[in-house]
Amino acid sequence: MSTSAKPVANERSVTGIPTARLITWWVIASEIVIFGGLLSVYIMHRLGHPEWAAAASHTNTLAGAFNTFVLLTSSLFAVLAHKAADAHDGPRAAKLLRLTSLGGLIFLTIKGFEWTHDIHEGYVISSGGFWSYYYVLAGLHGLHVLAGMIIMLIVAADAAKNQELQRVECIGLYWHFVDIVWIFLFPLLYIAR
Amino acid sequence: MSTQVHHAEPGIFQKYFWSTDHKMIAMQYMFTGMAMALIGGFLAYVFRMQLGFPNKSVPGFGIVTPGKYNAVVTMHGSIMIFWVAMPILIAAFGNFLIPLMIGADDMAFPRINRLSYQIFLVSILVLLASFFVKGGAFGGAWTAYPPLSASGAYNLTPAGATLWLVAVALEFMAFLLGGINFTVTTMNSRAPGMKMYDIPMIVWMIVLASVIFMASVGPLIAGAVMLLFDQTLSTGFYDPTRGGDPLLWEHLFWFFGHPEVYVVLLPAMGIVAEVITVFARKKMFGYKTILYTAWATGVLSFVVWAHHQFVAGIDPRMANIFTVTTLLISVPITEMVFLYIATLYGGSISLTTPMLWALAFVAEFMIGGVTGIFLGASGTDIYLHDTYFVIAHFHYTFVPIAIISVFAGVTFWYPKMFGRMLNDTLGKIHFWGTVIAFNVIFIPLFMTGVAGDQRRVYSYAQFAEQARPELQHLRTTSTIALLVMLSFQVIFLINFFWSLRNGKRAGANPWRSTTLEWTVPSPPPHGNFAELPTVYRGPYEYGLPGRAEDYWPQNDPS
Repeated sequence: MSTSAKPVANERSVTGIPTARLITWWVIASEIVIFGGLLSVYIMHRLGHPEWAAAASHTNTLAGAFNTFVLLTSSLFAVLAHKAADAHDGPRAAKLLRLTSLGGLIFLTIKGFEWTHDIHEGYVISSGGFWSYYYVLAGLHGLHVLAGMIIMLIVAADAAKNQELQRVECIGLYWHFVDIVWIFLFPLLYIAR
Repeated sequence: MSTQVHHAEPGIFQKYFWSTDHKMIAMQYMFTGMAMALIGGFLAYVFRMQLGFPNKSVPGFGIVTPGKYNAVVTMHGSIMIFWVAMPILIAAFGNFLIPLMIGADDMAFPRINRLSYQIFLVSILVLLASFFVKGGAFGGAWTAYPPLSASGAYNLTPAGATLWLVAVALEFMAFLLGGINFTVTTMNSRAPGMKMYDIPMIVWMIVLASVIFMASVGPLIAGAVMLLFDQTLSTGFYDPTRGGDPLLWEHLFWFFGHPEVYVVLLPAMGIVAEVITVFARKKMFGYKTILYTAWATGVLSFVVWAHHQFVAGIDPRMANIFTVTTLLISVPITEMVFLYIATLYGGSISLTTPMLWALAFVAEFMIGGVTGIFLGASGTDIYLHDTYFVIAHFHYTFVPIAIISVFAGVTFWYPKMFGRMLNDTLGKIHFWGTVIAFNVIFIPLFMTGVAGDQRRVYSYAQFAEQARPELQHLRTTSTIALLVMLSFQVIFLINFFWSLRNGKRAGANPWRSTTLEWTVPSPPPHGNFAELPTVYRGPYEYGLPGRAEDYWPQNDPS
């Protein structure tokens, strides 16, 4: 009974924007509010607590910088995947999407080493204001990276068979968003003293 | 079955629990919401009995201990807003009406729609489970202010508090998915010819509500995660001794919580607009103005939240600003009410049951709005804060929204949903019994509130200096009126379920209405339209001179 046929409602495009891309933008809009709220709260508290700078100096700026590089590179692969999908080259798009999620994996691995190091030094989520925000912000972002990777692999599996190629662009949009969030997090958590 | 190709007749589980049909999902939301309304009503009965007849055993519940009282009050508020008003007003009506009214065969993303309901159902299971954990259900009020909510040592319901938070977060997720789906469907999936100003008002209102919800709930989702960690991982986000700030939660909560009032108000206003127009047999007065005022309400709703903190300690200059914005938001709402009255003026009014509910909404909501002025102004609010005046005020807004307008909508679209008419006599008995009793519940509470009765007092045995036995007859009156109002709901339930089988057959368009959902059979078949319609005009063409019929359907090419 699970009908694979899409309803007409899904195929219509009154605004001229394809439905899949439109819903992706709305999902990103709802995510912006979540991260926006959390980031504003963090910035306000950071300004009100100059003493948090001492805790912030323990973060590994080099690891953060390398992770920024990894994420930006993976976004390049997402763009190339979109280009391949536009050219109806599903297998190539799939390969590039898998490379993109490999970037996500490297990012999370480095993050894992960083956090292990932090925790061994005794800085856990309840170690004080800065550390609480550090783990919540980076953790929430990390969850988004993980979710993006999983969705990307599913999209890639379809794309390899030249199916649902419009999804390649959508997951790319989402990945860029996750990237941009990190662009905010990196200076705010690692560089700001 | 129809001529469409089906592999097999769907089983019970497939049909009722795994369907992607928007109408079935609407029914799931509606019946779940109704079941939750019964639970919420029962909880109200329990604590009103304690207040009306203190420290006596409540039939069907037993002795209300202080801890149980807190839990019952908290759960009543949470359930009525998050698990009754939201699912029925937005999810049930949105799911049922949007595809039918815009001339589509389903939502743009039916499986996301199904997922939305499933997450919603899980949130309910988590919430109901919290009644049975050690310490019982959460007792820190539906607003969950820290430090009370953050520490089990204070609220005495550590497990219940965490489950409550998880349930609320899941509910938010369900409505984010549903709301995004509504918005995308309305933007992209309208029938050919349906331009922006041809969209029926209820659809506009549900989409606006979804957008407001989406834009306001984000920070609270983050805030809920932080509160969860304060409860379980001993972080100190809301703990002032550790660099946190308890007021932060109040800001995050009300930055969502006050727009939330308009999230549920706008669909209610939309239902009432539809019903009033149909039964006044007159073109809706100022369609565009209603729409623009709804937008204005939505924008203003984001800059009023701090009127909840007048007593909590905010900069007095900020209090002045928020007083102004709060009073300002009554302007667009009043404008809408005036436009509804103008729609009625000179109309050919028939007082059917749905029309009575719609008119009652306008009248009762006005009382809620006017008493809000006293609370929005920081000066008077400092006196009235946390008294029963506040309770009476917001029930004069929320009962019209979540109960009265819902009855207007259910009695209006029941023929479309189930193919049968409700009994009009029983409907009117139910209407008068509910509306009169409702006023008798809350007018006494305005009086006790002005006299200084504080909220959240479980029994005056412990607070003898506040007891004021001369007010007890008002408290008891309110309780008895609640019993009357609850018992009248039995009539509705009988009418609802009896008419499912025995009501008069409705036909496609019993109210002689113009919008697209009335052009299909009642109940609409799978896929809705035999042939997807084209739209030629706006949704409210009634009482036109020179035409044989007094209504002109949107899809009529002639």
